[in-house]
Amino acid sequence: MANVFSRIGDWVNERAPNLAPTYRKHMTEYFAPKNFNLWYYFGSLALLVLVNQIVTGIFLTMNYKTSALEAFNSVEYIMRDVEWGWLIRYMHSTGASLFFVVVFLHMFRGIMYGSFKRPRELVWILGMLIFLVLMAEAFMGYVLPWGNMSFWGAKVIISLFGTIPYIGGSLVEWIMGDFLPADATLNRFFALHVIALPLVLLLLVVLHLAALHEVGSNNPDGVDVKHGPKGNKWNPEKPIDAIPFHPYYTVKDLVGVGFFLTIAAFIIFFAPTFGGWFLEHDNFTPANNLVTPSHIKPSWYFTPFYAILRMIPSFFGTAIWGVIGMFGAILLLALLPWIDKGEVRSVRYRGLGFRIALGVLVFSFLALGLVGAGVTAEVIPEWFPGADVTTWENAFGRLMVLGYFGFFVFVWVYTRFGFEKTKPVPERVTMHD
Amino acid sequence: MIKRTISSIALALGLAVATIPALASEGEGLAPAGTNIRDQASLQRGAKLFFNYCVGCHSLKYVRYSRLASDLGLSEEEVMTNLNFTGAKFGEPVISHMPADDAKTWFGKDPPDLSLEARAKGVDFIFNYLNSFYLDPTRPVGWNNTVFPNASMPNPLWELQGLQTAVHGEAAPGQEAVVEKLQISTPGRMSPEEFRGATRDITAFLEYAAEPAALERQSIGVWVILFLAGLTFLLYLLKHEYWKDVHDSH
Repeated sequence: MANVFSRIGDWVNERAPNLAPTYRKHMTEYFAPKNFNLWYYFGSLALLVLVNQIVTGIFLTMNYKTSALEAFNSVEYIMRDVEWGWLIRYMHSTGASLFFVVVFLHMFRGIMYGSFKRPRELVWILGMLIFLVLMAEAFMGYVLPWGNMSFWGAKVIISLFGTIPYIGGSLVEWIMGDFLPADATLNRFFALHVIALPLVLLLLVVLHLAALHEVGSNNPDGVDVKHGPKGNKWNPEKPIDAIPFHPYYTVKDLVGVGFFLTIAAFIIFFAPTFGGWFLEHDNFTPANNLVTPSHIKPSWYFTPFYAILRMIPSFFGTAIWGVIGMFGAILLLALLPWIDKGEVRSVRYRGLGFRIALGVLVFSFLALGLVGAGVTAEVIPEWFPGADVTTWENAFGRLMVLGYFGFFVFVWVYTRFGFEKTKPVPERVTMHD
Repeated sequence: MIKRTISSIALALGLAVATIPALASEGEGLAPAGTNIRDQASLQRGAKLFFNYCVGCHSLKYVRYSRLASDLGLSEEEVMTNLNFTGAKFGEPVISHMPADDAKTWFGKDPPDLSLEARAKGVDFIFNYLNSFYLDPTRPVGWNNTVFPNASMPNPLWELQGLQTAVHGEAAPGQEAVVEKLQISTPGRMSPEEFRGATRDITAFLEYAAEPAALERQSIGVWVILFLAGLTFLLYLLKHEYWKDVHDSH
């Protein structure tokens, strides 16, 4: 039997001599720094969720009906009459939210340990493109059940393009294929959601990993292991502080996978709507262009950007500033390698100013999320009876917008003009466990 | 390191938990429904009440009679004789026989399908709504509701609950007086306590109808989580074993 396998192996090798070296390059002979901590699980977890979304998505399309008349009913058909349909759908809907959880944590790791800095700018840019496509993918997927929040969410988000001067109005109609989100909109969003964007997403993920493996992974110390001393017990020419990705990080990542799946299973089986955050109450009512939900708000993972949109007032007779602010918030993240000019990568050895700024960034991002989700509007009257909700919400929200954009301005000034006082970076990586 | 890791997890969880009550409080001022869909007798009582008092106007278009039988522990015969009054086949969904045109004439609108009501409005809303009808001669059908003011629906359960009337507070100048509380003016067949139980059963039945998978998902979930926890532990041991090489390599 073993003979048969080795003969098949030889047969393949003769015809595709580059396959085995490729596997070695990316797995057994891809050397990664040995000091990865908790923050390094989220990349592989994002890949896991991507696979989950594709597999469960394939099964959902087998029973989903792409039509404004049938879509809502077909989702309920999946939930009730399709064998294990409810499980597949909850895996898909929970997966969508958890995708953003792991991607946000993955991005935060990159900012915290300076993984976006030279020579990994390309890895970061490709990652930001993945984030952008992921947001489009999630938005269109959210429209497909054709619930009332799907409809109104689509209407609000698409009408953002209407703020563009001159062409806005016709652009909105062109995107929707109608004067309202309708059957045409649903059909094209389905096409984009199940084939166009996933293809782009997969391509970008491959490029993201290829670019990463070219330069090698960063680590919590931000130490360049490639330029340090050479020779470890696996390979005399590879960095001393690096270990083969397979088997060491594959088994370690599997522990992360186990933890993650346990948490995901808890949500899927015991709290699939997650208190209205993952599946909203208003989306259990079919789309109706005559009945507006009491609070139109996007899914939780869009709320920070939605809050930036809402908090920036319109002036000079146009509301485009909020739209620019919203997209600018993402663009600035993508430009971070050129905004943050500090030489030291990891927050462990960076100046106090950067640490505080990073805290402000995280706090304002989360706070904007609460503003966008309408939580502040609910809490203000409870905590401060008699206060004018709009005034207070705007004051708080705009302060948080300043906090978010302030991070980028501060970090540029702080690093460009040499205000940052860094600590000495060690020669070799440190391991704490 | 471990300590720092744990504190970051704690922080993340804390933030997540802190945001939950904000949405949980959506049904503000409503008494908790206190339903338990794992109580099969309660679901059966709720189904009986629903099919006697509600299905005349409201459909459950996503719920099949056959599914009701298997989920509520009833036989085909029991369902077809006690619950199905429309002559529908066993495998067909629960559709009310009220003609839509008549409904519009009588109530001003088509009574909504209730299949997903519990997921769209919440169980607390349904429970409180069913308990908050009162006589209001100013309304077209003579009834009003404090939970959903100016609802077009009359109280279908009045023979059980009796007739409730509103006690109005002082009216501010230029405004209508607000309803301070409701009181039973004519007793019905049930005591207030019994009636709360009955409406709780109807609410539980609608909660089940909105997500029949809820019955099995939790019992399966326990095993899935136990399996995954065990698997994670084994994976941890595997990692620990492999990583001895790494820790020896310093």
